[in-house]
Amino acid sequence: MLYFILRRILMLVPVVIGLTVIMFAIARILPGDPVALAAGPNATPAEIEALSHEFGLDQPIWTQYFHYVGGLLHGDLGTSLLTRRPVAADIAAYLPATLELVCAAMLIAVAIGIPLGLATAVWRNRWPDYLSQVVAIGAISMPRFFLGLLLQLCFAMWLMWLPLGGRLPIIVIPPPTVTGFLTIDTLLAGDLHAFTMALRHLAMPAIAMSLSPLATIMRMMRASTIEVMGQDYVMTARALGLPRGKIILKYVARNAVSATLTVIGLYFGWLLGGTVLVETVFDWPGLGLYATKAIVSQDMMPVIGVALVIGLLFVLANLVIDLLYGVINPKVRYS
Amino acid sequence: MTGPLLSIRDLHLTMTSFDGAAHVLNGIDLTVQRGEIWGLVGESGCGKSLTGLSISRLVPTPPATYRKGEIRFEGRDILKLPLREMQDLRGKRIGMIFQDPTTNLNPAYRVGEQLIDVALAAASHDPSVLGCPPGAGRRERRRAARRLAGEMLERVGIPDAGARLDNYPHEFSGGMRQRVLIAMALIGRPDLLIADEPTTALDVSVQAQILKLLKGTVADHDIGVILITHNLGVVAETCSHVAVMYAGNIVESGPVSNVIESPAHPYTRALMAAIPTKASKRGTLKGLGGTVPNLITPPPGCRFAPRCPLAIPACTAALPGAVDLGADHRAACIRLEALEHV
Ligand SMILES: Nc1ncnc2c1ncn2[C@@H]1O[C@H](COP(=O)(O)OP(=O)(O)OP(=O)(O)O)[C@@H](O)[C@H]1O
Ligand SMILES: [Mg+2]
Repeated sequence: MLYFILRRILMLVPVVIGLTVIMFAIARILPGDPVALAAGPNATPAEIEALSHEFGLDQPIWTQYFHYVGGLLHGDLGTSLLTRRPVAADIAAYLPATLELVCAAMLIAVAIGIPLGLATAVWRNRWPDYLSQVVAIGAISMPRFFLGLLLQLCFAMWLMWLPLGGRLPIIVIPPPTVTGFLTIDTLLAGDLHAFTMALRHLAMPAIAMSLSPLATIMRMMRASTIEVMGQDYVMTARALGLPRGKIILKYVARNAVSATLTVIGLYFGWLLGGTVLVETVFDWPGLGLYATKAIVSQDMMPVIGVALVIGLLFVLANLVIDLLYGVINPKVRYS
Repeated sequence: MTGPLLSIRDLHLTMTSFDGAAHVLNGIDLTVQRGEIWGLVGESGCGKSLTGLSISRLVPTPPATYRKGEIRFEGRDILKLPLREMQDLRGKRIGMIFQDPTTNLNPAYRVGEQLIDVALAAASHDPSVLGCPPGAGRRERRRAARRLAGEMLERVGIPDAGARLDNYPHEFSGGMRQRVLIAMALIGRPDLLIADEPTTALDVSVQAQILKLLKGTVADHDIGVILITHNLGVVAETCSHVAVMYAGNIVESGPVSNVIESPAHPYTRALMAAIPTKASKRGTLKGLGGTVPNLITPPPGCRFAPRCPLAIPACTAALPGAVDLGADHRAACIRLEALEHV
């Protein structure tokens, strides 16, 4: 088990090397001068030179690369030209927002997708099943940012039920940071008012992000439920008189969920890397927004840092899923 | 003595598929008393499993339709029972065991848990199964169910039964898994046990143990058993009675000794001649050309006629009725006199 985890983490090494090499190569190929951009329109050539020297950007690319990798070993992700702060600190500040958004989206997707998939499989080929299949295909094919815009139009502009964007209104004092998840930190601080505010801000972006994983999880769950219901052990359970509800909720559901877990893990990683547009639409101060700003100003260190962190989280998410899979499915536990 | 435990009368079942409606059961008659072990034999596809599943009403309708006939369990017609009452028979009065012990246990739960679930379901119908006082709470019932599960595992010959309750199915060998499934089928104290090829997936020595176990169970609890099998050797060793099926009909039935010593129907004779020896391959019928008929457009009259060496034109005129040969031995053939001289 420990060996299993270690091996998975070791697999990250080539990923990190590949990613950093590619990003450095891109930084070199891209036209334009990020230092000049960062120094501002009124900077003199001497000032630009000084800034370039300060960030080591006047050194040969190889030196820069090895310097960067050396820093990585100490958890140093370099310094942002734009914010002039260590990238690691920036990421630590922006990451919780993104994680909170993605977790909320996945929570919605799993909490609705799993039961819905189970239900549509049990009552398959009746109208609720067909309806949900059609809606699911629509949800999968709709771009998330577009859905976000629609939600904003409907719930923020017309109905005015929910705020347009951001994480908290300016007038609400943010709770002391514990987890970085505002919904959790406000609860920990016992501030119910701030909690509802945080939840209301989270609702729309999370729903916008959740729809396509929800639809995929639902379809996957439906397919695996149908497959499991055809298994011999379900026939045996029926033949021996177990109540239908127990067969479905206990005997079928567990096996079907374990087949769906992989999709959940993949989607988690995929959402992490795909928050940019939704964060932009909802002005959600997360990694996506941070990375976009960095890309626009050709500030490479944050971009590489964000890519690395997302890659790491992706691998971690799949590791957790694999471990969970072992919990649900005893057969794979020791192998 | 009251009526029979199970009596199937003139059961007709059609299966609808893309190719049309197949008449897979074409007038089955079968009576099982307590203490009897009926062997149900016949070539693959002749309808043995569907007959067994019909008794627990587990054949999905559609695609299946019961066009005619009845299945009476202690006098009640199973095909007409409301689902609730059917549910009260499954696992409690009628137990089932299937062929493949690797796929018939749920891989995600400990075997004890699965046994307990069946026991609790049975107890909801008949509280005495658990031996708890009527007002027993949930936890007490569960504890009793677990104790019963341990006893059942022990009774089917699983060593260290109490500890094995906490094992997952994949931690058992094939033979042990089949024992677990037998324990599961028996835990609700059924009166009729249907075993669909319970030993086909097991190797020969294990097969003999399992059959012995089944036989012992019948003797101990005075239940009726239907044992579906391909193997006439198994029938000869284990069963008290046998019914030979061909293409949806029971062509011959009766006490094992009578049928095996003096088979009457040409198909039974062919089957007997085909008992696999080292020289012949399993499943080929010696001296019989042709294959099992298409059940969508079955041959008229006797379905065996096209392959029968003794067929005459009259055989295709009508489905032959069962002829009583004495001592409960019956054969559905109009050429029995001719056969006696062969
Ligand atoms: N769900 C189904 N849909 C359509 N036809 C079916 C279905 N199940 C069984 N049949 C057909 O019914 C006939 C009888 O099937 P059954 O399973 O009872 O045979 P069997 O005697 O048990 O055979 P085997 O020895 O191979 O288990 C076969 O011809 C089969 O093709
Ligand atoms: Mg069969």
